[in-house]
Amino acid sequence: MFEGWDAVVLARAQFAFTMSFHIVFPAFSIGLASYLAVLEALWLWTGREVFINLFNYWLKIFAVAFGMGVVSGIVMSYQFGTNWSAFSDKTGPVIGPLMAYEVLTAFFLEAGFLGVMLFGLDRVGPKLHFFATLMVAVGTLISAFWILSANSWMQTPTGHALNAEGQFIAVDWFKVIFNPSFPYRLVHMVLAAYLTTALVVGAVGAWHLLRDPHLAGPRVMFSMAMWMATIVAPLQILAGDQHGLNTLEHQPVKIMAMEGHFQSHQHGAPLILFGWPNQAAGKMDYAIEVPKLGSLILKHSLDAPMAGLDTVPRENWPPVPITFWSFRIMVGMGLLMVGLGLLSLLMRFRGTLYNSRLLHMFAVAMAPSGFIAVLAGWITTETGRQPYTVYGLLRTVDSASPLAAPAVASSLIAFIIVYFVVFTAGVIYLLRLMAQPPHHGEEGPRSDVPARAAGITPAAGAVAEGAAR
Amino acid sequence: MIPIDLPTIWAFIIAFAVFVYVVMDGFDLGLGILFPLFPKKEDRDVIMNSVAPVWDGNETWLVLGGGGLMAAFPLAYAVLMPALYTPMIVMLLGLVFRGVAFEFRWRTTRERNRWDIAFAGGSLLATLAQGIALGAILQGIHVSGRQYAGGWWDWLTPFSILTGVALVIGYALLGSTWLVMKTEGELRDRAYHLSWLLLVAMLCAIGIVSIATPFLHVQYTHRWFAWPNIILTAPVPVAVAAVTVMLLRSLANKYDYQPFFLTLALFALSYAGLGISMYPYIVPQSITIWQAASPANSQLFMLVGVAILIPLILGYTAWAYWVFRGKVKAGSGYH
Repeated sequence: MFEGWDAVVLARAQFAFTMSFHIVFPAFSIGLASYLAVLEALWLWTGREVFINLFNYWLKIFAVAFGMGVVSGIVMSYQFGTNWSAFSDKTGPVIGPLMAYEVLTAFFLEAGFLGVMLFGLDRVGPKLHFFATLMVAVGTLISAFWILSANSWMQTPTGHALNAEGQFIAVDWFKVIFNPSFPYRLVHMVLAAYLTTALVVGAVGAWHLLRDPHLAGPRVMFSMAMWMATIVAPLQILAGDQHGLNTLEHQPVKIMAMEGHFQSHQHGAPLILFGWPNQAAGKMDYAIEVPKLGSLILKHSLDAPMAGLDTVPRENWPPVPITFWSFRIMVGMGLLMVGLGLLSLLMRFRGTLYNSRLLHMFAVAMAPSGFIAVLAGWITTETGRQPYTVYGLLRTVDSASPLAAPAVASSLIAFIIVYFVVFTAGVIYLLRLMAQPPHHGEEGPRSDVPARAAGITPAAGAVAEGAAR
Repeated sequence: MIPIDLPTIWAFIIAFAVFVYVVMDGFDLGLGILFPLFPKKEDRDVIMNSVAPVWDGNETWLVLGGGGLMAAFPLAYAVLMPALYTPMIVMLLGLVFRGVAFEFRWRTTRERNRWDIAFAGGSLLATLAQGIALGAILQGIHVSGRQYAGGWWDWLTPFSILTGVALVIGYALLGSTWLVMKTEGELRDRAYHLSWLLLVAMLCAIGIVSIATPFLHVQYTHRWFAWPNIILTAPVPVAVAAVTVMLLRSLANKYDYQPFFLTLALFALSYAGLGISMYPYIVPQSITIWQAASPANSQLFMLVGVAILIPLILGYTAWAYWVFRGKVKAGSGYH
């Protein structure tokens, strides 16, 4: 299947494949954990049954998605060593501790409280259970903090030095953790996770409203999700723009690839809307462009000069076609999300939020848009920083393990087969759960247990808990 | 003032994390290994429910072991992982199969068996791979400069197969004694019966591995049998014998809670024996913990976190186990 590929290319393919499969689950569970905390808080506050029904409904989905995130995540934590051992040896002293802190402050917190969150409401009572839910939600956010700090350090390394063994060592931990691109990447990614989840929740709500616009649960989740899209999608565009300006400052070559700027422009660079990047010839074929708009967006001046890839040695070019197109896919998805948010706002003011078939069909179609945008965004940022693993300092070819190509080819094939079998099944189970509308007396993730009293309220739950003691 | 030796402290921390992993995920994987022996659906539901609320906390210790190794001893991580490439990939894929089975088996409407097979097969593969990896480390790894210098089949030897099988037996014993503790009635009786057989097998495995190890390297022989080392090493086999007697008694008298913890004691002693053989090497006979250590400021930076967070983690993990304490009854699972 992979004859003639060299070991480093195979290792990159394997990392890209396993990472792409992994990232969609955390992106979904970061948002969903927060949503579950909000639902449970609303239930405790208002005592309305619809909130605990929605909580239990999404909790079952969370359990399946979280499990898939955990197992694909364990793979990632070992793959640094198995396939990128030279990288691990050289950068371990700097990013190793960041990842160790991720395990200590986030993974244990999530895993420790997950069992109680999933199965423990009857055993610990509503208040302590809410605490567990909160800890899981906070854990997912802390996890994002550390892993994005580590990733950002690889993109914009600061606060480090080299030792005699050729290893990176930390000189200033604060500068390592809060490196220049980290705050932008963190905000951009957490907003992306929230949007991704909101679009799934919105799509599921819309799906059920298309069949019956009077269902209480779908109405609540659809309305909440559309508020998120209305408010967060524009914020995300703003955050993305700021992140782009930060990238222009610290990784200008990545921006050149994203914009398809092969040539330098002394008097204002165009904004290339579409085109076919011809990496070999070093030019953009079939370009559709708006003159000077590129400089206006990136430098806030029509005539600002902009350097192109012609100022960069070819061996330092990232793969332009992938970077250029993945960026456009991400932006396109973002604009569609803003459109959905605005349309829902219009329908809301017209009072047809729960009856507009057009809006509901649009929302259903947008279900995967968050995942597509997240993947496209990560492909943009990770491809655009090539050919380096630590930007400007350590090349990807010098990072790989000393493995024979057949070893990596075999493991890559094994990953492809196993992931397709396992995750296809998982996605089918998730869709099957989502195909059922949340109903009165919705149960948590349990299937063969006699139902609790339907429509339990916090007060009744507390009484039952007290009686049990 | 006593000089503080960070690499030694970190060697103990990593060893502790790996041991906690063995304690927590050992029985968990063992249940998967024993799964084919419990064909009844109700039994399988009880077995799954006895561990469902805690399994992914258990596996987090494996992530800490890997992440901690990369952070505290990056050179060892960079040499060991490529050397153990195939066992590591097999372990990870095994863990994928068994991990998703916890949720998937409740979600499928037909062919429930498919995820039961995934759970059993994944657990067996992951355990075998862990045991083989251990044997491959003990027998020594070919290193050149700062890199692994062997081939991608070096890990496969009779000795590594032996340690792989031994670990399967050991985890199965942890699993069966866990069931003795957590279940009732006929299921518990069968677990008692299995525990007897597995204990005998485990003692044989400990014996064979202990005899084989000194033949791998003269250093191991010297470490265990040379004077005055033997004063320090002799108590280990004596303690193994004592724990074995207690374990036999607890099985005979049907003290439900003792066999599991005594089996853990057997694991702790075997683990201590392993430590005695390896110290101070982290890659046996080629890289010591001081050579592999990351700079002091990296180790110190993490030590602060470990000192505060590990007790906290152990605290809330214990709470989670406490919440789900007691016997699991059929039909009253968490699912």
